[in-house]
Parts: sequence; structure tokens; C-alpha cells
Amino acid sequence: MTDSSTLEAQGPDAPAPTTARGVAQSRSLFDRAILRQALVDSFKKLDPRVQVRNPVMFVVLVGTVIVLIEAINHSSVFTWSITIWLFLTVIFANFAEAMAEGRGKAQADTLRRMRSETEARKLLPDDTEQRVAAAELAKGDLVVCEAGDLIPSDGEIVEGIASVDESAITGESAPVIRESGGDRSAVTGGTKVLSDRIVVRITAERGHTFLDRMISLVEGANRQKTPNEIALTILLAALTIVFLPVVVVLQPFGHYAGATVSVVILVALLVCLIPTTIGALLSAIGIAGMDRLVQRNVLAMSGRAVEAAGDVQTLLLDKTGTITLGNRMASGFFPAAGHTEEEVADAAQLASLADETPEGRSIVVLAKERFQIRERTLGAAHEFVPFSANTRMSGLDFDGRSIRKGAADSVRRWAVEQGGSIPDGLDQLVTQIARVGSTPLVVADGPIILGVIELKDVVKQGIKEKFAEMRQMGIRTVMITGDNPLTAAAIAEEAGVDDYLAEATPETKMELIKSEQEGGKLVAMTGDGTNDAPALAQADVGVAMNTGTTAAKEAGNMVDLDSNPTKLIDVVEIGKQLLITRGSLTTFSIANDVAKYFAIIPALFVATYPQLNTLNIMKLHSPQSAVLSAVIFNALVIVALIPLALRGVKFRASGSAAILRRNVFIYGVGGIIAPFAFIKLIDLILTALHAY
Amino acid sequence: MGYFWTILTLVVALGLTWRYLGSYMAAVFDGRVHWLGWVERPVYRALGTNPEQEQTWKRYAASLVVFSGVSIAVTYLLLRIQGSLPLNPQHLGAVGNALSFNTASSFVTNTNWQNYGGETTMSYFSQIGALTVQQFVSPAVGIAAAIALVRGFSRRNSATIGNFWVDLVRCMFYILLPIAFVAGIIFVGQGAVQTLSGTVSVHDALNGVTQTIARGPIGFMEAIKQLGTNGGGFLNANSATTFENPTPLTNWLSIYLLLAIPFALTYTFGKMVGSIRHGRALLAAMVIIFGVWVGFTSYSEHQGNPAVAAAGITHQPTGNTEGKEVRFGDTSTALFGVASTNTSTGSADASYDSFTPIGGFGLLTGMMLGEVTPGGTGSGLYTILIYAIIAVFIGGLMIGRTPEYLGKKIQAKEVKLAGLGSLIMPLIVLVFTGIAVSVHAGRIGPLNAGPHGFTEILYGLTSQGNNNGSAFGGLTGNTPFYNVVGAIDMLIGRFGIIIPALALGGSLAAKNVVPESLGTFRTDNTMFVGLVIGVIVIIGGLTFFPAISLGPIVEQLSHGKFF
Repeated sequence: MTDSSTLEAQGPDAPAPTTARGVAQSRSLFDRAILRQALVDSFKKLDPRVQVRNPVMFVVLVGTVIVLIEAINHSSVFTWSITIWLFLTVIFANFAEAMAEGRGKAQADTLRRMRSETEARKLLPDDTEQRVAAAELAKGDLVVCEAGDLIPSDGEIVEGIASVDESAITGESAPVIRESGGDRSAVTGGTKVLSDRIVVRITAERGHTFLDRMISLVEGANRQKTPNEIALTILLAALTIVFLPVVVVLQPFGHYAGATVSVVILVALLVCLIPTTIGALLSAIGIAGMDRLVQRNVLAMSGRAVEAAGDVQTLLLDKTGTITLGNRMASGFFPAAGHTEEEVADAAQLASLADETPEGRSIVVLAKERFQIRERTLGAAHEFVPFSANTRMSGLDFDGRSIRKGAADSVRRWAVEQGGSIPDGLDQLVTQIARVGSTPLVVADGPIILGVIELKDVVKQGIKEKFAEMRQMGIRTVMITGDNPLTAAAIAEEAGVDDYLAEATPETKMELIKSEQEGGKLVAMTGDGTNDAPALAQADVGVAMNTGTTAAKEAGNMVDLDSNPTKLIDVVEIGKQLLITRGSLTTFSIANDVAKYFAIIPALFVATYPQLNTLNIMKLHSPQSAVLSAVIFNALVIVALIPLALRGVKFRASGSAAILRRNVFIYGVGGIIAPFAFIKLIDLILTALHAY
Repeated sequence: MGYFWTILTLVVALGLTWRYLGSYMAAVFDGRVHWLGWVERPVYRALGTNPEQEQTWKRYAASLVVFSGVSIAVTYLLLRIQGSLPLNPQHLGAVGNALSFNTASSFVTNTNWQNYGGETTMSYFSQIGALTVQQFVSPAVGIAAAIALVRGFSRRNSATIGNFWVDLVRCMFYILLPIAFVAGIIFVGQGAVQTLSGTVSVHDALNGVTQTIARGPIGFMEAIKQLGTNGGGFLNANSATTFENPTPLTNWLSIYLLLAIPFALTYTFGKMVGSIRHGRALLAAMVIIFGVWVGFTSYSEHQGNPAVAAAGITHQPTGNTEGKEVRFGDTSTALFGVASTNTSTGSADASYDSFTPIGGFGLLTGMMLGEVTPGGTGSGLYTILIYAIIAVFIGGLMIGRTPEYLGKKIQAKEVKLAGLGSLIMPLIVLVFTGIAVSVHAGRIGPLNAGPHGFTEILYGLTSQGNNNGSAFGGLTGNTPFYNVVGAIDMLIGRFGIIIPALALGGSLAAKNVVPESLGTFRTDNTMFVGLVIGVIVIIGGLTFFPAISLGPIVEQLSHGKFF
């Protein structure tokens, strides 16, 4: 289960972090350093070997060269202007991609600095230490880390316990506890030991540490196109291929009509028609999507996983830590026959005085709030009885009284052993509390059973609304819990999840995932323990908690550095946003063509057929200004949309119909209208400048 | 008022047909109809096919292509040797090489582009044994392909998409033959000629000339000509003659027949995939575009002839009657024309060349939209499904999910095939038109100069590339150049879409179905209808806008000025 220390540090009710932290050190969208680097990269990317990967922009590049030759042969202000703006179109596309990459690169640089500075204390078989560079460590080596040391590489604690500052990776300043054995033994290279001494067995090969993976991920070094990106690239390539003959045949068509068709205008028309807007921004959108995840401290091992997140139809959520706060809180005292509520509260508080668990403290607080029972000083002759797995009770012995609270059957047995009897109605009371999803603790004063404390699993604030949103988006939420079905049903009801899996084991979890997948659904889950690993691997989106074991982190396809399982919901939204941004800009790009036709076609043939000037509905000044305005618009719209591509289209959790209506209206209808206005505006400016 | 009643009765009749013929066709292809089992079984035995054995998409496509190839070869051969064949009272000789190739390709691809005058070129045997046979077979091939694609949606995790031979045979026996038989009786009853007695000579004593009047087995050919969206008539003047289209009733029946199956197939689609709403969405997209096209074409024909108006006669109460049958009038002829060009039929009850420029624009663009409104028998459905897949892909991305249509994920492979299927038509039409206007053999084709001449060439190659077959007129097509280029245009326009469509069927059938949820992109509502219309109009518009501007648009803007 989730590391409680992290949860506490974060505060149970803490809203999802809105500011960037950790690896994603806050950077504005247009950081000056990134901007400068991106400008340089825009030119480096002119390399045809880079360009050919993007069929749409490659056509623009080739077109630019053709127009350049034409401009050299028939030099005029017009031909040179077109040449320059076509060239700028390519540069702007490169700039968009470079901007998206720039943020990742800057983050990678910070991480890389961290890696190179580390030195390790390698533990030799004869128990002596040797100082080596972190880079020289091999898998299986043992290293010693003491307070103040940086942990040199990923590993597992084999000896000791320590508090570790993981802020370098997670951005979370509160230290976490790491200890040998169990699910909290994993440590990450680059984090700092704050106290105590641990011995770590290195588990990562050289160059394959978590830090290395992070660097290559944020840098997008081996970014591969995702399935939907590939499909979209095919569509864009198909559109480009079909516009090629559309434009090329205008030469013979024009010739037949007795017109001389300018090659420069034909190239300009082609560039305006092919989907350059989306073609230029497509890779930037993908990189920025990954980057947005990093901003939220989630590392996706592949773009494919991010995209799959958008498709998820079933979310498996652990109850503890995700749906509930993780701690049960006292919510009421129920007296047994013949006793008062206050008696129960009083005894319960006494029994909990030394109980430092959140549950125990909540009992003390509740008694205080309800009956103003203050904490009291006990005489010298008192003894606390701590909870043990054997007795399943805890309490206090003082003044000859033995007060106990604990699991119903244990306390009952204990009271009977003391010579007491079981009051009428106790069993009903206990079942009743269990039925609503709470945990009943029975309180006894010696042989006398006083009543029952209700410990309630507290559902996180706002989670019910979140699930309602999910439902609207067509996502089914399933709560996973080890609780019995009765308790699980009650909490599921309260939290508003669609379904629950009670008494869950790794096997039943795995079965659930498989059965959902057989029904054609994509499943997302979070996990941290080693026994979660198979399910994490099976799920389409498996988010491993950074506090989890190495096995879990390797099985999942994302790692949440904050170890906040609720973030699965954010991941889904980012995945959707990525696709929406692509789809919307594609629609916009294609819709733009309408206005461009009305600008260029009359310009192309008006000399032969003056009647065609009727189609010049924007009343553009001259054929040359019309063509140039369309080309300038086509180039500038790329720059104008870079922020949108990097930030993503605004996403609202609502039904598909509402999202579609909104996006079709803004990017489809808007995409048809906007260029008419802007091309006209550019034409007015060109005319005012007396360019034509 | 007459036009109003024509439209109203058509809407009612087609509505009923949509519902009942649609569901009957679904039953036929699901194998639930058996009343002709006794004719079916011997045919399978003769074909050597096991009707229980299904085919993968590759085998299905191979069967379809082989069958069509054999059909072309047989038709070609029959035309080449018609002089030695019976039923040739006029003793017509062999049809020329290039013309036979063009005609064979034309009838096998359901185009029925005719670079010949029927009554002076084809013997009765060729008309019946070669051409009418293909008029039955080629729509059945198209419908079979459409059904195979539909099965891609209705099945899950399936390697097969049906058996081509079974679909072909069942379509002919259960659907085309019975309806055509009944319709043929009505045509003949109304006075369409049906005889094998050859031509008659009439001596006109008044003028002192002898007239030869062509006759033949016209009435029954007429029925399948319209029902199968073929369009190739017995006589050169097609449905404008009284022998093919004797009365207003047969004119109405013609329009009804050519729209019946293409519209009804959307119901069949809905029925087979288990959601009539999905069929209705496609129907709505078809009807809306069709309605708009009928509206503005009728309107512009009713406005009168701009050339006549330019001559000072602005009051033209009967609309543009040049080249039209007075029996049918301006608007009804426009309706026939739009129905014929929007269904890949291509039959004509007037001279399309004489439509007003913007009326001609209606006919031409009806085809340029890819023949999906409602398109040809079968071809209309599979082509609009291809457009729908593109609409689903773009729309699906816009809601943030891997797009899916009827639960089937639309991924790289589907996009590739749909892109190919939707873009091949504009590609060939534009490239072949580009070639035709560039070479001498092509430039001598059109009768008129200037934009009208350009439109004649563009229309001819658009008509063939879309397997429509309607002729704008004015283009001299029976030249080696136009015969061969046209044949290639028709073959690519047919099989260049059928093969990707079948591949899509295969790819979709193999997929599992993603269960529907609130987050699913709805493909059965008004929004989707709008998107499909958008994709059809945008693809057609963006690819053909420049060409259209140089043809009918310039012409219209010239206000009757001749070039």
C-alpha cells in the first residue's frame, strides 16, 4: 500500500499540485533561455534528413527551393517575398518543435548535473570501503550511504533504515522513510540520505538508472510516434499527395484556357492547401503532451501509454489513499444497553490516550469535541497496553481498572474471560456499523462491555464529483479494496464509484483487468507493491508509485513521482487533451483551405477570365497581394498556434457530444471564418505599406 | 404543382422502400431468405463453390476481381464477334477494338459510359447477351462489396467477410431480377418498345423521304438500367426518347428505381450492424446533400437560359427548355438529372450539355462528391462508409479518444485504406483531365471552345472516373484516346475503391468491439451527420474547386457570353 509518510507530508486534503515542482522546475512557457536555443535549433533542423520525416513540411521545403530558383531567374519583389515567407513557414514549424523540445532539454540538463557529481562508497566483501565514481558501479555492488551522502545509483536497501530527501526527483521537500525489507526498500540514485546509515545493493545497470531513463524521457531522445499520431500522419500525407495533382494540373488547365500560370503562385497555392498548420505543430503537440505529464511529476515510459490513457474506459483505484484518506476516523460512540454515550466516550478516550495511531488520536479528539472530556493526568500507577496482532486490543490499566478497546470478537472474548456477559443488542450494533462500511471497535471496562466506537473510512473531499466527471467522460471507476464486501459496498456507495472489488488479492485484481480487456476495454490502474507488478504490466496504463518497489516501477508504463494515486485521473485527462489538440488543429488546418482558395484562385486566373474576380469575395487589393497575404497568413498561423500546441486545447470533463460540439464550432467553423478576416487584414497592411 | 406531387410521391415511395426493401436485403445477405433455393443451389454447383464456406477479404477481393476480369473479356469478345452471332437483323459488323474495350469496361464497372449510338452499333444479341447481362451483374458486384464491408462492422474477431459468389448470386436472384421483372412489365405496359423484329421503315409521302425507325428489346432493359444504377440505354438518346421513357409515369418510375436500392442499402447497413440509427444517419447525410442539389439545380434551370436572357428575352416562364423534353419540363428534368448523376446511373432524359452553366455545375459536382448521395448500387454505401471513417477519425480525435466507429477502432491501417479509397477518385479525374487538355488527341474532343469545352472534357472524365456514365454531350468520345483513357479511368474508379473497401472490411472484421460508453464518439446523431456531410463536401470541394472555377463557374459568371 501507499507509503503513509508521503501522504502525510502532502496533506490528505491537499489539492492536486497546480504549480510545477520537482524535475519540472517552474518555467514559463516562453522561457528566455529556451527561446534562444529554439531559434538556433530552428535552423539546425533545416537538414533535409530531419525534414523528410515530416512529409508535409518536406513538401514546403522543396517548394521553397523551387520558388527560390524562380526568384533568382525572374527576380521581383513578389517572388522574393514569397520565397522568404515560404522559408519562414519551414522555420516556424522547426521553431514549434524546438520550443517543445527545449523545455525537456533544460530539465534534462539539470538532472544530468546531479548525476555527474555523485561519488560512491563501495562496500567490499571484506567489509572495507572504497571510494569510486558513481558511474563505475555495477549491478549487484553494495554501497554504504550515511547522513549527507547522495545515493549513487538505484538500489534496494539491504540493511538499515534512513530518512531520505527525494526532492531532487520528486520536488517534495519532506523526507521519506526507507528501510530494508518490504515495499519501502527501493531508493533512487540522486536522492540524499538525511539520517542514519544504510547499505544499498545496486539494482540498475550502468546508464540504465531511473535518472538516466528520466533524462532520456524528458529530453525525448528516443521519442517514437504514437499509434494515433501515425494514423494522423498518414491522413496528412494522403491529403498532401492529393493536393499535389490538384495544383499541378492547374498548369495544363490554365494552358488550355490560354492563361500563363505562374509557378510561384502554384507553389504558394500548394503550400497553402496542404495541411501545414497541423503538419508543423504535430510533433510539438506530442512532445508537449509528454512534457505536461512531467510538469505533474508523472514520467511516462512511452508516448503510447499517454495516448492509451485517453482511451481508458475502466479505472482501477485503490481505496486507501486514493478514494479514502487512508486513515479511519472515529465518528460516533454507541452505548450498549444500560450505558450512556458519555460513558463509552470516556472509556474510549482513556483506552486511546497512548494510542498514537491516527485512529487512536481521532477517538481522543472526538470524545473531547462531543463531551468536553479533556485529556487527564493519570496517577503513577498506570500502564498502557499496546496493540498487538495477537490480542487485537489496546488499552490502559489504572486504579485497578482495565479498559480495553479492540476488534469486536476479541474484546467480547476478553470480557467473558473476565467474568462478564455480553449485553443484548451488541451484536446488532456491531453488524449495523460494519454494514455502513465503518469499523466497529468494542469498548470494555473490565468485564463490563460499555459500547461500540464507530471508526469511519473518510472519503476524500471532492472525490465524488471527480467520479461523476469520469462517468460523464464514459469512464467506469472500480474501487479495489481488501475490505469485506459489506464494508466495500458502503464505501463505494459513499464515494460514488461505479463498482468495487472487495477482498481483493493480486490474483483477483489481475482477473478483473483481463476480463475488462476481453470486453474490449482499456484499463488503467495504480500500484506500488511487488505483488502489483503483474497487474501493472497487464493493465494498458499502469502507473507505479515512486515510493513503490523497483519491480512495480519496471512493470508499469508510468511512474508517479509524487506517489499520489489520485493523479491517475489527471493522466487520463492529459491523454485526452493530447488527442483533442491534434484533432482540433487538423480540423482547423483543413477548414482554413476554403479562404485560401478564395484568395488564390481568382488571383491565378483573373488575367484570363476577369469574371473570376467575383470570387475575390475578400476584395483583396491585387492578385499579388492576395497570394502573398494567404502565404503570410499560412506562416503566421503556425506561430500563433504554438502556445496552443504546447499548452493543449482546453479540456473540460464532459460528455463526448459537448466536447465535440465545442471543438467543431471553435476549430471547424472558426477555422473557416478566421482566415477570411486575417487574410483581408494582412492584405490591408500590405496595401497600406504600398508593397503592391 | 406537378413538381410538388412528383417530389411528394417519390418521398413516400422511397421512404417505404427504404424501410422494407432495406430490411429484406439484410435478410437476403444474412441468409434468411430461401424462396429461390431451387435455382440457387444448381448455380453454386455449376460455379463449384461451397455456399457455406466463407472467404477472407483477400479471397473475396480476388474472386470479385477475377469475376470482373472474365466479364470484361467475355463482353469484349461478344462485341468483337457480333457480326457472326444471331439476333442481328440489321447485320451490324464487329464493334471496333478500342470501343469494345471501353464499352466492356464501362458496363462491367457499372458505368455505362457509351461512346456509341446503341441502335446503330449494337446487335440485339449484344444488347441482351453482353450489355444487359452486365447491367444485372455489375450492380450485384457493387452491392456484394458493400455488404462485405458492412460485415466488417457487424462481426467481431472474424477472419472472413462472407462468400463473394453467394452474395453475387443471391443479390441477382432475390433482389435485382424480381424487381426488374415487375418494373419491366410496367415500362412495356406504358408503351416502351419490346421487340426483336428489327427496324421499321416508314415512307413519309409528304416530304418524300423514307425514315428508318430503330426498335428492339427496350422495355425490360430499361428496368434494370435504372434499378441497377447502370444508365446505359438501348437508344442513343436514352430516356429522352418515347421508346425508352414513354410517359410521365415511366419518368417517375425511372427516378424511383434509380434511387431505390442506394437509399435502401443504408437501412440494410443499420439492420446488419444492429443499429438502425446508424443507417439513418448515413441516409440523412445522403438526403440532405441530394435535396440541396435537387433544389439549386431545379431552381437554376427554372430561372431560364442566361444566353437567351443575354439576347434580351428576360421573361422565360418555362425555364430553360433548350435540350429538354417538353413532356417533362424544366424542374422535373433537373430532378431526373440530379438523381441520375448523384446515383452513378448516368441515364438522361434531356441533353445535359444544354443545362444552364450552374445547372450543369449541379450535375457535375453531384458526381465530384464521390457518388455517395446516395451513389450507385452498393458503391454509394461503401464509398460513404469510407468518408464516414474519415469523419470518425477527425471527429474522434476531437473528443480525445482513439476514434471508433460502431465499436471498431479506426487506426493507422483503416486511415490508410480510407484515405486511399476517398482520394483515388479526385486523383484520377484530375490527372486524366490534365492529360486530356494537354495532348492533341484530347484537345480535339470537345465541341465547344473555352470554359464550356473544358467542362465537356472534365465532365466526361469525371463521369467515367465516378462510374456514372452520364454524358454531358459535346465530347467526341469514340476516339482511341478517349476510349482507352476513359476505360482506365473507369477501371481505377471502380476497383481502386472496391479493393480498399474490402480490405477495410477485412481489417474491421478482425477487430474486437470496444463497448459503448458516454465517452464514445456518437456516430448516429445530427452532429455526426453534419461531420460526414462536411467531409464529403470539403474533400470534393477542395479537390475540385480550381477545376470547377475554370469550367462552369467562369461560364456562369460570363452571363451567357460565348467563347
